Amino acid sequence: MTDSKTTTVEVRLPTRLGYEKVAMSTAASVAKLMGFPEDRVEDLKTAVAEACINAIEHGNRLDEKLSVGVVMRADTDSLEVKVLDDGKGIGKQPPKPDIDRKMHGEEDPRGMGMFLIQALVDEVEWVPGTDGKSSYVRLVIKLDRRAA
Amino acid sequence: MQSETKSRVDQLTSNQGYPVVVLRFEGDIASTSKDAVLGAYQGLPKETAKLILLDFTGVEYINSSGIALVIQLLIEASNSGQKVYAFGLSPHFTKVFTMVGITKYANLYPNQAAALAAL
Repeated sequence: MTDSKTTTVEVRLPTRLGYEKVAMSTAASVAKLMGFPEDRVEDLKTAVAEACINAIEHGNRLDEKLSVGVVMRADTDSLEVKVLDDGKGIGKQPPKPDIDRKMHGEEDPRGMGMFLIQALVDEVEWVPGTDGKSSYVRLVIKLDRRAA
Repeated sequence: MQSETKSRVDQLTSNQGYPVVVLRFEGDIASTSKDAVLGAYQGLPKETAKLILLDFTGVEYINSSGIALVIQLLIEASNSGQKVYAFGLSPHFTKVFTMVGITKYANLYPNQAAALAAL
């Protein structure tokens, strides 16, 4: 769907680890078409991959009967990516990962996905589904971040 | 869908004459990479492999599960009195490793020559 200012690209992924790379590659292609520099494309790739992994593992709980929706909306100066799953959404944000606690066995070595997403994009919000499912994460990466 | 992780071990000597074990990775580093990452590390002789160099030159994709495997490797190495270093990460994954704090426990070098010169 395209109008004069926005372009929307949608991808539907199976609930299977590894397929986050399809969304990652598609988001990278859209970002490159928009003129994002290489380092920002790499930031976006990691953020989208982590959002899809969370949707596959936690949202859809690896249930292969479900799918993950990825909707990319390109405006003139920003790219918004929504990753939708059939989970309830997150209750509260996990604490920022602490490498010292991880190294000393006081914190799980995993659990860095949400931190990476927040650190790599310009805006992020996790939105719970109103019916107890259909939640999504919305990421935005801005084309002119350096100029701001 | 994920590219299988391959790993192999090389024995080198640092510029200062210390033996260095190089673990070279290829492919994706993700949740499916446990054997290639932790298994390869656990196969090293702990008595003699004191300096370990991780080669990421052939790695294009690392996700948070893969980073967690690297942290598990660092934990085991720390508990065994080994020192771990790494090279060959892209600028993006150098940034990501720095953001999550891995650089506090493993120095990163741009390439093998720079790493061997520093050890």
